Amino acid sequence: MFTSIGKYMLYLFTEIGGSAKMLRSCLFWLMRSRFEWAQAVEQSVNIGVDSFGVTALTSLFTGMVLALQAGNTIGNIFGDPIFVGTIVTFSLIRELGPVLTSVVVSGRAGAAVTAQIGTMAVTEQIDALYTLGTNPIRYLVIPRMVGFVFTLPVLTLFSNLFGIVGGYLVSVYALHVPGEVYLTDITSYMGVRDFMHGFIKTFAFAFMIGTVCCYKGISTRGGAEGVGKSTTGAVVTTIVLILVLDYFLTAILTAFGI
Amino acid sequence: MIEIVHLKKSFGEKQVLKDVSLNIPKGKTTCILGGSGSGKSTLIKCLIGLLEATSGQILVDGRDITKIKSEVKLAAVRRRFGYLFQEGALFDSMTVGENVTFGLKYLTDAPSSDYPRIIREKLALVGLKEDVAKLNPSELSGGMKKRVSLARVLAVEPEVILYDEPTTGLDPIMSDIISDLIIELKAKLGVTSVVITHDMHSAFKIADYIAFLYEGNILLYGTPQDFRNTDNPYVKQFVTGSSKGPIHMKLRAE
Repeated sequence: MFTSIGKYMLYLFTEIGGSAKMLRSCLFWLMRSRFEWAQAVEQSVNIGVDSFGVTALTSLFTGMVLALQAGNTIGNIFGDPIFVGTIVTFSLIRELGPVLTSVVVSGRAGAAVTAQIGTMAVTEQIDALYTLGTNPIRYLVIPRMVGFVFTLPVLTLFSNLFGIVGGYLVSVYALHVPGEVYLTDITSYMGVRDFMHGFIKTFAFAFMIGTVCCYKGISTRGGAEGVGKSTTGAVVTTIVLILVLDYFLTAILTAFGI
Repeated sequence: MIEIVHLKKSFGEKQVLKDVSLNIPKGKTTCILGGSGSGKSTLIKCLIGLLEATSGQILVDGRDITKIKSEVKLAAVRRRFGYLFQEGALFDSMTVGENVTFGLKYLTDAPSSDYPRIIREKLALVGLKEDVAKLNPSELSGGMKKRVSLARVLAVEPEVILYDEPTTGLDPIMSDIISDLIIELKAKLGVTSVVITHDMHSAFKIADYIAFLYEGNILLYGTPQDFRNTDNPYVKQFVTGSSKGPIHMKLRAE
């Protein structure tokens, strides 16, 4: 058992060390060379387009189910479905929006990034980049990291909007709460602080997804099987880390009054 | 031009290159022969700095490139080398034309208005028509992939071209076409070539010098004639392609 734990710890620290080395390299090339604008825009568009539909659908139904659950529970306790707009928006903006969007982006765009870079690694395309005067960190990793960091907050914003719309539809048409009441519940009890709370989280998640997915891709070995393992590993790692990070970020941000 | 001195390379416990010393003369074609797993690819990857040598020296015009730790300085050395990968390693997200001109953006000052001319010239040099430039790598045959990959190498006009098993996986006629191409490029451009191969027919045709790598050491270095006349039983067995001899390859795991 100790051997297994030791081996796992060794693997874990190798992965953390490898990721840290890659991030150091990102910082070095970001300062040393021209930025690949075209690549970064292309990657941002890819990540956004890849994930928008799923994100929108997920959020719409999350908002709907939140409204239904909140409305029914509060209705059972107080007789009327009050504060549905507040509960839906509060849950979405501070927690579910950033977390669910990040999970969807990790499964959709993150997996695609790992598979693409991983395939390049096993078919010697990354070595080819080196031989053609291009550092793969500069050409492949930085634009994708930038893509995640720029796109995830935008996707989360849309995700929140779709969720609020979903909540509105259920509130108005299923729970028969007047639309004005639903909207007043949002504007009266929600502030910029709540929005910032979720927004800061999305940046942290985006940075983590970019780092893990790119690192898993670039360190892929062992042909098609290796690409499969890396891709699965990247998605599992990012989803677990999103939830773990979410707790710690919530604790830190709340402690700072955000 | 390139001098390899007591080069060693290990991956963990496994020592792939035990003690390799080799001289690669300028403007000549040097073939490195050896069976699968003998360390041939490791050797040329060390030459271009894709792998870090465990110990020893690689002197390029007298400068030891194993001592260069800066990625930027190493890139400047790599600028002098071209590398033809075994499977071509073409970027599959780009067209053939974009593949050919990829290195120009990073390694040369050539304006993008020159790119169509360069694509035309380099594809012609490897015997391909200009309209191939619009195709994607997935639409090419194995031989075409290698030729496009060679055109990509030639576009940046390197002084040394490293060929990693250029004829592997090709039919005998296409193998011979690639061998002719290597000879033609040496004659036309005067490039120094290092060719990793286990294709004896091709090696005898293209090589000025041959080195035989076995279990991480150079067993014999000489001209193709020396290889034809050698009494070394290991080299003799490899050259004749016989299963009988001192080189034992395992058919089954023991």
